[in-house]
Amino acid sequence: MTTVIASPTQEEHSRVNDTAQEIVEVSGITKVYPGGTVALRGVDLAFPKGKMTTLLGPSGCGKTTLLKIIAGLLDATEGVVRVNGKEVSGPGPERAFVFQDFALLPWATVLTNVGFGLEMQGVDKATREAKSRSYITKVGLAGFEDNYPHELSGGMRQRVGLARALAVSADVLLMDEPFSAVDEQTRRLFQEELLRLLAMENKTVIFVTHSIEEAVYVSDQIVLLSPRPGRINRVVIPGIERDGKTPDEIRREPGFLDTVEDIWDTLKKYLDEERMV
Amino acid sequence: MVFFGVRVPAVFSLLIWCALWEVVGRMDAVFIFPPLSAVLVKLVMILGQNNFHEAAIISLKAFSIGMFWAVLVGVFLGFLMGRVDAANKLLGMWVNIFASAPLSSLVPILMLLFGFGETTIIVTVFLFAVWIITLDTYAGVSHISPSLNEMARSFGASKWDMYTKVLFWAALPEILAGIRMGFIRAVKGVVIGQLLVSVVALGAMFSRYSRSFLLEEFWALALILFVFALGISSMIGWVERRVEYYAGARM
Amino acid sequence: MSRTLVDSVYIPPETSSFDTMIIWRTISVLFVFGSWEIAGRIPISIAFPTFFETMTALFEMIMDGRLAHAYFETLKPLLVGVGISAGFGVLIGTSMGLYRSVQWLGEPIFIVMQAAPMAALIPLVTFVYGIGLAAKVCAVVILAAPIIVLNSYKAVTNANVSLIQMCASFQGSRVQQIIRVIIPDASPMIFAGLRLGVAAGFIGVILAELLITPTGIGDLITYHRSVAEYADMYAAIFSIILFAAVTIGLLEKAEIAYFRPERKKKKGS
Repeated sequence: MTTVIASPTQEEHSRVNDTAQEIVEVSGITKVYPGGTVALRGVDLAFPKGKMTTLLGPSGCGKTTLLKIIAGLLDATEGVVRVNGKEVSGPGPERAFVFQDFALLPWATVLTNVGFGLEMQGVDKATREAKSRSYITKVGLAGFEDNYPHELSGGMRQRVGLARALAVSADVLLMDEPFSAVDEQTRRLFQEELLRLLAMENKTVIFVTHSIEEAVYVSDQIVLLSPRPGRINRVVIPGIERDGKTPDEIRREPGFLDTVEDIWDTLKKYLDEERMV
Repeated sequence: MVFFGVRVPAVFSLLIWCALWEVVGRMDAVFIFPPLSAVLVKLVMILGQNNFHEAAIISLKAFSIGMFWAVLVGVFLGFLMGRVDAANKLLGMWVNIFASAPLSSLVPILMLLFGFGETTIIVTVFLFAVWIITLDTYAGVSHISPSLNEMARSFGASKWDMYTKVLFWAALPEILAGIRMGFIRAVKGVVIGQLLVSVVALGAMFSRYSRSFLLEEFWALALILFVFALGISSMIGWVERRVEYYAGARM
Repeated sequence: MSRTLVDSVYIPPETSSFDTMIIWRTISVLFVFGSWEIAGRIPISIAFPTFFETMTALFEMIMDGRLAHAYFETLKPLLVGVGISAGFGVLIGTSMGLYRSVQWLGEPIFIVMQAAPMAALIPLVTFVYGIGLAAKVCAVVILAAPIIVLNSYKAVTNANVSLIQMCASFQGSRVQQIIRVIIPDASPMIFAGLRLGVAAGFIGVILAELLITPTGIGDLITYHRSVAEYADMYAAIFSIILFAAVTIGLLEKAEIAYFRPERKKKKGS
């Protein structure tokens, strides 16, 4: 059942590290923006292979910054990111990014958008289209191949973004608040589908969100970041058993609710501190 | 507007203005307005004249060459300013000044440097059009969503792919708007240039007509120019509307 | 320290401080004027004076009062023309935005006037107004009015619908709606139209002075060209382009200061 470790930065860390199957390793990451804002300070983290890790924290804790550093889209001021043991110096084919605002090409069809990553890798057109079509079907958009992004709803657009990321067969999926621009009903359905898809594809996922419930519901491991400058506060393992339960049953379980409550207590403290300042 | 239950598009109000013109012309009220019907008769006549054909060909050629270079240089400069901060700081001020400067005052210099012929007209067209194309391209490039940029990078896009498959298309609505405005300005440029040079092509015709008080011919020639300007600008507008759907859809 | 800066990772190009802006401007100006000087010394044409020759001529023109006199002559038709265009233009444009019948009648003709090379009609103007002030005013109006009308019209039609509904929900009358909501909401764009109108007016007045009868700046240009005093001719042209740029720049500043406080704030931060 739920494992919540109260003040465990140290022990919890070693636990995750012990698994020795971490695919992404972050050590000593500090990020200072021009102008002197310190977004992250001394962040060490390990992401176990095949698991879903969530970066959770209040606005301004640098969670998106950390994700973009892992993606190679931003350079860290200090520290290194290793993927499969190799140091990262930019974007690479073993990582794929899912954007908060979808980042779809508005002038291209769903098919072209999903195939964009493959096109950049120089995959020939026929293979590209075949692969794109199969992922379009997997995310439930069969029949929309020739539609343009502006003809789709927010939820459908993000499915395109997800299919595009899956199509390049990266080991690590980096998702930046993927559901924040999607309405609540769609979001819940989407979370289910995401879990199902990931179970099939066996991906490592790093997921940024500010929704506590979402984090607890989808993650194997939750990293709580403290605000400005972002540091790791604690790591929570929700350990939710899904077998044979409906989503609603899971959301009603005491274990689920306790974890949500526990994380909320921590985040509330930040807000109180902020108010006092 | 609805007349007697029938929807009449606004374009038809032009017919009312034409009718008014005809009436004013018939009444001989203002002598610079000959009746529209008489102007149209002359228009058909002019369209068949050889010297008009020659003038039109010279003007069109000057116009196309000037416009071609304006688009090429304008789009290039716009991209340069949008992507390279130093270029923006160095060029931005000048582009802004020349985009709204009274370029008609430069034509006398152009006549000195390039003579009283086609070259002057070409340079005038270029100068009238290039700045607005640069400004619009720059606006388009600098408003490209940063996440589109990051997306392309995250999938390992090469520099070339970045420009040809993402940035160019993302900025296309603004580039087209710039070209349309540049076009409108270029038509004005070709006319102003020819009026001031006044010894070649349409400019020569205009000055001959106005010196000999051939008002009907003068209006006919002006109308031909107007129709030409509107025709092409609505053509570019049509292309623009085809890409408009994504101009609004971008974030 | 703004929180959004950290959260949304996009960092706008480092907003350069006032000092670095000045440095860049100086480099840019030096580069352009330097190239001019070099091109003049080669020389690329006998009709191409150097930058220093031009500036000397300009200085002399300022000192002996020729320039001031020329501007006095040029500004008369410009100001009167822009004034007339602004008054009637805003009135016509606003009523086009408020009344469908006026819009139906006016929109196409002004779009035609905006897109068409109206400059072609300037020679005609002399037939009616002769070669005096009135003809030049008319030339300015022909070029400046359409853009002012169209901008006012667009500004009024695009007035914020939810503000208008808000006014209606508090039982504001149509007149109150127009005076308290629509016009204030439209004023930034109307003002932008006036700025474009002034730019067009400059083109019109110079064209009129070159084409109809040489007066003012147009006279300086034409006269010095005819006697081959190219430095003086270039100085006159340089001054009018600079003058137009400064005027339009100031109008733009005023626009940001009075009508778009949000842009001012963004620029300042």
